[in-house]
Amino acid sequence: MKEVVIKTEALTKRFGDFVAANAISFEVYKGEIFGFLGANGAGKTTAMRMLCGLSIPTSGKASIAGFDVFRQPELIKKNIGYMSQRFSLYEDLTVGENITFFGGIYGLSDKQLRQKKDDLVTNLGLQNEVNKLVASLPLGWKQKLAFSVAVLHDPKIVFLDEPTGGVDPLTRRQFWDLIYEAAERGVTIFVTTHYMDEAEYCHRISIMVDGKIEALDTPSNLKKIYNTGSMNDVFYQLARKAKRSD
Amino acid sequence: MKQFLTFVQKEFYHVLRDRKTLLILFGMPMVQILIFGFALTNEVKNTKLMIVDHAKDLASAQLTAQIEASRYFEIEKSVSDHRQIEASFKEGSVKVVLVFPLHFYESLLHENKSQVQIIADASDPNTATTLINYLNAIIQDYATELKNPLSIPYQIIPETKMLYNPQLKGAHNFVPGVMALVLMLVCVMMTAVSIVREKETGTMEVLLVSPFKPILVILSKAIPYLLLSLVNVISILLVSVFVLDLPVKGSIFLLFAESTLFIITCLTLGIFISIKTSSQQVAMLISLMGMLLPTILFSGFMFPIENMPIPLQIISNIIPAKWFYIIVKAIMIKGLSFAGIWKETLILLGITIFLLIVSLKSFKIRLA
Repeated sequence: MKEVVIKTEALTKRFGDFVAANAISFEVYKGEIFGFLGANGAGKTTAMRMLCGLSIPTSGKASIAGFDVFRQPELIKKNIGYMSQRFSLYEDLTVGENITFFGGIYGLSDKQLRQKKDDLVTNLGLQNEVNKLVASLPLGWKQKLAFSVAVLHDPKIVFLDEPTGGVDPLTRRQFWDLIYEAAERGVTIFVTTHYMDEAEYCHRISIMVDGKIEALDTPSNLKKIYNTGSMNDVFYQLARKAKRSD
Repeated sequence: MKQFLTFVQKEFYHVLRDRKTLLILFGMPMVQILIFGFALTNEVKNTKLMIVDHAKDLASAQLTAQIEASRYFEIEKSVSDHRQIEASFKEGSVKVVLVFPLHFYESLLHENKSQVQIIADASDPNTATTLINYLNAIIQDYATELKNPLSIPYQIIPETKMLYNPQLKGAHNFVPGVMALVLMLVCVMMTAVSIVREKETGTMEVLLVSPFKPILVILSKAIPYLLLSLVNVISILLVSVFVLDLPVKGSIFLLFAESTLFIITCLTLGIFISIKTSSQQVAMLISLMGMLLPTILFSGFMFPIENMPIPLQIISNIIPAKWFYIIVKAIMIKGLSFAGIWKETLILLGITIFLLIVSLKSFKIRLA
């Protein structure tokens, strides 16, 4: 029996007359890499913001890591990590200071923090860069560091909002290696992306069109259903039905 | 608490690593104080003075010689025609005119007193006041020198006339003004920009997703600027006391307490701006145009509020810097105690609480 860590039932968000997320229901299992796809304006970001506690749903139900989004947002926050498409570390702080800061606001003890910092730095091979400003690192390294910092406090679920925007394919591959490692440790990964090759890396994907989830299955099943050999085609067939855009 | 301290430490890194911020933070107050301070002292050296001597006697000649000997004045020319006075002022070739009446020495000898007339160009009131004070001092010195210990002292009574601005409003209380200006700039702009910067770079989202309370994010942003602003207050006071010889007459503790209150007002304003804007440029523009400009215009520091049309006078009441300026002037220059400024303090406190409530309200709305 798979453990469910994210469960939504008819989760809806309205902004006035506009229904950004329309009755979305899905489940995500522990240790799963769940791809959340959709064209711009399809409602991905709104859905993700509700799950992270950044935005309060208009109606519906959702529980994250066993906690209710309406009643226990603070407990949810302790159990999730987040990394956004926009770069989420402080450029004018060193690598070490960034780790200390983010560990610190999640309430890690000094001892835990020292241990985690050593592990992280060794893992990423950043021993010589610990005291360098983040601004001086290449983009790929920054992104990997940002991900490692997002999972520093051992969250149950980590939300990645287009984490690999603007990164070259090789670095993206390395970034996904990190994601797989985390998933093997039992961390659930909830990732949005526009890259179809990345969609193939996911265990299951959902595709949102006009605020609704139109498809949800493994990449190979989706390709079978839509009778095509590439995820690109699957996405194209679904997304062109969209009536609204940005 | 530890989380909070981690956050404050991070804020200090931001401030201390940014050279431009540091330069604005500590360079600007010094530069402003020194510019205001020394521009004032430079102007009274070698001022052009015109003598109109109707007496042409011993006393008028001696007094003229004494004035010439001082380093403050340079005698431009001596004329005997009153019509030339106005012309010279309009040309700007003289700043002060000294008029000796007929029988200047004679009346000194016989009546023990005599009059001179000083006419100053008060289109720049600060300079005019300073010039008149210097000239008065020289005249009094001369009168004392003349004094015969056995007789009744001679008196020369200068009759002063201020041209163009008879009331001499807007005297040079620049230290309180600069303090209000600097604190306004540092606290409002820096706080607003530093919070908005996090929104712009995307780190704010990461912070909001973390268990760290949003209200603490804002508070820990404000604390470094509160401390740095207090350092600024200290440095401005040190310069004004030791470099410009402008002592603090009242209680220094009271001055610090009031400064802290004003700093909190400014921080709240900065936070308010940061909640309402989402780009650093907009935050900076609003801080400069919306906050700094009214501060300069309506605090009474540069332009006397009493001379403004009534609607503008009313507007000036909502400018926190106006009240702070009054308070600092009262403490520093008049040496008043809390009893003398409680009304202004209460108004400032009221503005602060109002801003705080409005900020907190709009902050909550944004999160939903």
